[in-house]
Amino acid sequence: MTSTATPVDNGVNVEFLTGARDALAEQPEGAQFAWRVTNTWVRGTHSRSSVHGYFGLGQEHTHRSEFIFEGDHPEVFSAEDNGATPVELLLVSLASCLTAGVAAVAQNRGIQLRSVNATLEGDMDIRGILGADPDVRNGFSGIKVSYSIDADATEDEKKALVAQSQKRSAVYDIVTNPTSVTVEVN
Amino acid sequence: MRSVTTAIVGAGQSALAMSRYLAEASIDHVLLERGEVAESWRSARWDSLRLLTPNWLNRLPGYRYQGDEPDGFMSMPEVIDYISTYASTISAPIETHTEVTGVRSVEEGFEVLTTAGEWKARTVVLASGPYNQPDVPGIAGAIPPEVTGISPAEYRNAEQLEDGGVLVVGAAATGVQLADEIHRSGRPVTLAVGSHVRLPRVYRGMDIMWWLDAAGILDERYDEVDDVVRARNVASFQLVGSPARATVDLNALQEVGVRLVGRLAGVTEDGTAQFSGSLSNQCALADLKLGRLLDSVDDWATAHGLDGETEPAERFEPTRVPENPPLMCSFRSLGIKTVVWATGYRSEYPWLHIPVLDPKGRVRHDGGVTPVPGLYLIGAPLLRRRKSTLIDGAGEDARDLSTHLIGHLDEVARAF
Repeated sequence: MTSTATPVDNGVNVEFLTGARDALAEQPEGAQFAWRVTNTWVRGTHSRSSVHGYFGLGQEHTHRSEFIFEGDHPEVFSAEDNGATPVELLLVSLASCLTAGVAAVAQNRGIQLRSVNATLEGDMDIRGILGADPDVRNGFSGIKVSYSIDADATEDEKKALVAQSQKRSAVYDIVTNPTSVTVEVN
Repeated sequence: MRSVTTAIVGAGQSALAMSRYLAEASIDHVLLERGEVAESWRSARWDSLRLLTPNWLNRLPGYRYQGDEPDGFMSMPEVIDYISTYASTISAPIETHTEVTGVRSVEEGFEVLTTAGEWKARTVVLASGPYNQPDVPGIAGAIPPEVTGISPAEYRNAEQLEDGGVLVVGAAATGVQLADEIHRSGRPVTLAVGSHVRLPRVYRGMDIMWWLDAAGILDERYDEVDDVVRARNVASFQLVGSPARATVDLNALQEVGVRLVGRLAGVTEDGTAQFSGSLSNQCALADLKLGRLLDSVDDWATAHGLDGETEPAERFEPTRVPENPPLMCSFRSLGIKTVVWATGYRSEYPWLHIPVLDPKGRVRHDGGVTPVPGLYLIGAPLLRRRKSTLIDGAGEDARDLSTHLIGHLDEVARAF
């Protein structure tokens, strides 16, 4: 506990989020969002994804600008390495989601953060994607996430921040639980 | 059509406590009970089930346990006897074998239709209990045909299950108790664990419920907790009321050989079970919550000078999480012959023709007071206090709600 009167500010608008939660509990149709990415093949294993528009709160929105993500394979796969590999981008998603959650939960619990750093590692046996062994899965065999947090909080409070962030994380849920994926060709 | 000031739907501990306070205020009322007194305790309960609260804690207004085993745990026949004796002690006006088939608003109150006639009531108290209908998830329909699904309402004892492996889905009180009992019967149990609440049966030499009661944690009010929506959905404590005062947390279950997997997230069309990869976080959350609870218990003990009086504070080993719990597995490869859906209970009100249900079919209420004047709910998770669904919680909720109900009657009277 600190005796300072400075209000906790992690830059998260918790009042807005709790207000939205209460409002959307009564109007679940407003809670329906759709997130979108468009992707274009460039050459080889290199493709370019764009994130711009999304739907939510009953209407279309656009991000402040278009965000571009390059995806490619590395040189050890005899590719050009024009961007992060797709599985690394997935780790980026997981990290961004968990860290956003840590900040939001900390704000909600009145914990001032000074720094939050995470290291993620996804282990993969590439015999899966190469089709070399049918018993090996394509995806990660496991993901390890390690946080170091400097904050006005006890070790247990920090652990609780990270645990609660996982509990409320969209990407953590998508990674740990099955999701129905429909792919069609037009 | 008979007339009454208050019609109470149900005749369990909450309905009886309400009856006691209404009688004290000379308000004529009736308890409409589909079966017998304490019907939910009679039907749809397994043989070995005992209360989770020690006998001394099962207090009701003007009534308490007077037997020789204050620290024991009642079996279901004992609970039925205990509550039935209370009903006769207070001479509760109960119409048994009277199932409510319809409740609607009419001028100056409510019309209550039953299988034994109609009632006109100025006020209605819904007290049919939170644990009547097993809440079995939709994926139950997707398990392979050779696997038998069973709900806790149908379960009596392990002998009724086919020999072979059993998947118990859910790790609240029901799930951990059945996992323990079924595994000990020689049917290897796999337990699918989602969000859960870990508790030791005994802490610092005292029953954990003694601490929760003494430190006022069970008295915490619905309008004081951080997030009442979340708190009302929290799983029940991992506790069993056994004569040995055994702890049934996930470490204890793993010691007898129960295998842990993540929450059952899905079942594919070809009969593959998909378990969540969140098991380690669910266990971490439960361990952290237990630590915080014991911290507040210890603080309370220190503040009340109990540190020399009781055994010293202790902390429990973190939940042991299996290295690589299976994520995708066919029921056959796991050897599963039976699935037990210990996924909770819900209340259903198909007979309530009053628009007070939320989109999930739950009665909207503020501490048991519904938005419809004169209509009340009692005996639901954290209705007014953490102990609202304990026998010991019925009294205070009934006292508060009967006071509100009497105030409502006075207000209506003044308006004429």
